[in-house]
Amino acid sequence: MTKRQHEIAITAPSLLWLALFFAIPALVVLAFTFHGHSPDGGVGEWSLSTWREIVDPDYPAIVWKTIRISFEVTVWCILLALPCGYAIAKMRSKWRAVVAGAIMLPFWTNFVVRVFAWKTILHPDGWVQHCYFSLLEARHWLSAHLPGLVARALDGAGIAPAEPPDPAFSTILDSEAAVVLVSVYTLLPFAIMPIYTAAEKFDFSLMEAARDLGAGNLRAFTSVFVPGIRQGIVSAVLMVFIPAVGSYVIPQMLGGTNCVLIGNKIFMRAIQNRNIPHAAALATLMAASVFVPIIAAAWWRRYQAKRGRRIVEVRAARLMAGGTK
Amino acid sequence: MADFLEFQGVTKRFGKTIAVNHASFGVKKGEFFSLLGPSGCGKTTLLRMLAGFERPDEGRICLDGKDITDLPPNKRSVNTVFQNYALFPHLSVFDNIAFGLKVAGRPKDEIESEVEKMLRLVQMEDRADHFPNQISGGQKQRVAIARALVNRPRVLLLDEPLAALDLKLRQRMLLELDLIHDEVGITFLYVTHDQGEAMSLSDRIAVMHAGVCEQIARPAEVYEAPKTSFVASFIGDTNFFDGVVSACPEPNYCRLSIGGFAEVLCYNDKQKAVGDRVNLSVRPEKFRISVDPPAGAAPRLNVLRAKVEDIIYSGNHTNYWVSVGERRVAIYQQHLAYLLDEKPIRWGDEVWLSWHADNGYMLDDSAPVDESLLPPKIPQNAAAAGEAK
Ligand SMILES: Nc1ncnc2c1ncn2[C@@H]1O[C@H](COP(=O)(O)OP(=O)(O)OP(=O)(O)O)[C@@H](O)[C@H]1O
Ligand SMILES: [Mg+2]
Repeated sequence: MTKRQHEIAITAPSLLWLALFFAIPALVVLAFTFHGHSPDGGVGEWSLSTWREIVDPDYPAIVWKTIRISFEVTVWCILLALPCGYAIAKMRSKWRAVVAGAIMLPFWTNFVVRVFAWKTILHPDGWVQHCYFSLLEARHWLSAHLPGLVARALDGAGIAPAEPPDPAFSTILDSEAAVVLVSVYTLLPFAIMPIYTAAEKFDFSLMEAARDLGAGNLRAFTSVFVPGIRQGIVSAVLMVFIPAVGSYVIPQMLGGTNCVLIGNKIFMRAIQNRNIPHAAALATLMAASVFVPIIAAAWWRRYQAKRGRRIVEVRAARLMAGGTK
Repeated sequence: MADFLEFQGVTKRFGKTIAVNHASFGVKKGEFFSLLGPSGCGKTTLLRMLAGFERPDEGRICLDGKDITDLPPNKRSVNTVFQNYALFPHLSVFDNIAFGLKVAGRPKDEIESEVEKMLRLVQMEDRADHFPNQISGGQKQRVAIARALVNRPRVLLLDEPLAALDLKLRQRMLLELDLIHDEVGITFLYVTHDQGEAMSLSDRIAVMHAGVCEQIARPAEVYEAPKTSFVASFIGDTNFFDGVVSACPEPNYCRLSIGGFAEVLCYNDKQKAVGDRVNLSVRPEKFRISVDPPAGAAPRLNVLRAKVEDIIYSGNHTNYWVSVGERRVAIYQQHLAYLLDEKPIRWGDEVWLSWHADNGYMLDDSAPVDESLLPPKIPQNAAAAGEAK
């Protein structure tokens, strides 16, 4: 067997798996978009009618909102996961296993049950809501009791609004914030795990080297630890961002009408309107709006790297010239 | 006068082990100072306390008159060349060297010119854009030195920087280190367990053993006048003879009666009196060995009959092991004259062993020394044997 044949033999099972459960379904979904829908909820004849219908003025906003919220969730997850992963990697190995187990513990409870629990926690009669409302009232109180000039400045900065809070518009439940909060809660382990795995392999003596060269703790963390585990961060971003884009249960249960994301729209089109091609087109649209920027970013990075190398080459050439004179 | 860098009774414990035990010494400005000792004797710990990665349990560390014991690592003007180099893998050689200057917020063009100067110093100009995994061990080491030196530290700490290199490269780097030290004029604190490195580079050496600095002196002094039997056996090879002073025939000289060996004359710089126990160290190269009795009885020459037990011929010199009474003595004889003209010495031959009384050295501690420290076959390994202990 040649090396090439050997490679094919080894990768064949995973390629087969990918083809069967990813590539072919994706192509089927794409194909559906070029069909009309039949009144009985099935897929109709080949036609471009679906793509013509999809020009709904709401969709770009919803796609954008989905991406924005997924981005927020990803940023929060990474920001929280970095110190977590760092701390766990620095622990004694005995404690590491315990903490890593504890992070995985929520998965023993059904996902929908956990989201439902959040619904209770964030309920308007719950303590979180009470605390939040008290905070809003305190801010208003601050504004009312501070000298005029300071109060106006704080009002402008949004720290202490002059308007008293309105209970009807100050609920946590059924808001974007609730969706972000619970998404972060749900996806955080998926961010911690790859970051922790990378941090465990990280050579912490590099941190000492950075400190030795004059960097403070924070500087050493950001300019040595973070780049050192960037592979883990990239996986963490993908592990969080992709499920966040496809999320449907959380906005459905906690976002109410204030946070309808693309997942909910797809659900509505597919199940309520029984228009499978339309749902497929939405899914395609969403996938495209995520993948196109990623591919563009990868291309840009390659371009930058090439440019960077040229700069370095020029610098090296100058150095050599300087060294010989 | 207070020294540039001063350790004052510095002690560090890890649980029950005392890694560093009341280290007190000073290092002068611009000096090349070595910490030498076997594995686990506390060299790295001492260095880490100076760099700020460990806090001493007791004692103070002062640099240029300022107490730096409690400063964090990034607030001390010392830089370290780590044992494993610890180069940042995500940064190019250039950016690795520039790291310290960038952290210090120096202007960009200044950083570039400083780094370029350093690259030239360590002869790495043509590798500026390479990443650490693209350069060899010796080159990594030079980058590590440049990365530390570019910050113009008051003291450069080097923790066994040559340990990972092969012999040839080590010798070349040794030379380069020496040149760099001469060029930049910064104080070097160099940690090693290799006596050869320490001897050839240092202005002064601190020999450490089990957390204690046993002797701090110039290399030649450490070799010729070791303070303790540990120092004598760790630096180079030596023969120990523990005996009792039996007579003091003239001032500054005494006769030593050594059990199972002989009565020998030795220089009595420690003014021992009759009846005192003494541990005498005689280096292998201080002996002369010959088939004929040594010509013209020089005063104060010890002359003994010995039987040759082992010979290892190495071209420019030969190692002999001879037995005298119950003792085995290691001898290193250089062939100063054309060897084939001399009467050959063979195994089992009865020969004459001689050395001058001045060439033995009395040690302070008369504790009996473990015989296993003595060279079993090849004397060069004595240091390794001492280290394994
Ligand atoms: N972090 C630590 N925790 C516990 N014990 C330690 C620690 N660091 C060092 N030790 C102990 O302190 C002693 C001195 O260690 P140190 O690393 O200073 O030795 P060393 O002289 O540098 O040895 P080597 O030549 O092998 O590098 C050793 O007995 C070691 O086991
Ligand atoms: Mg060490």
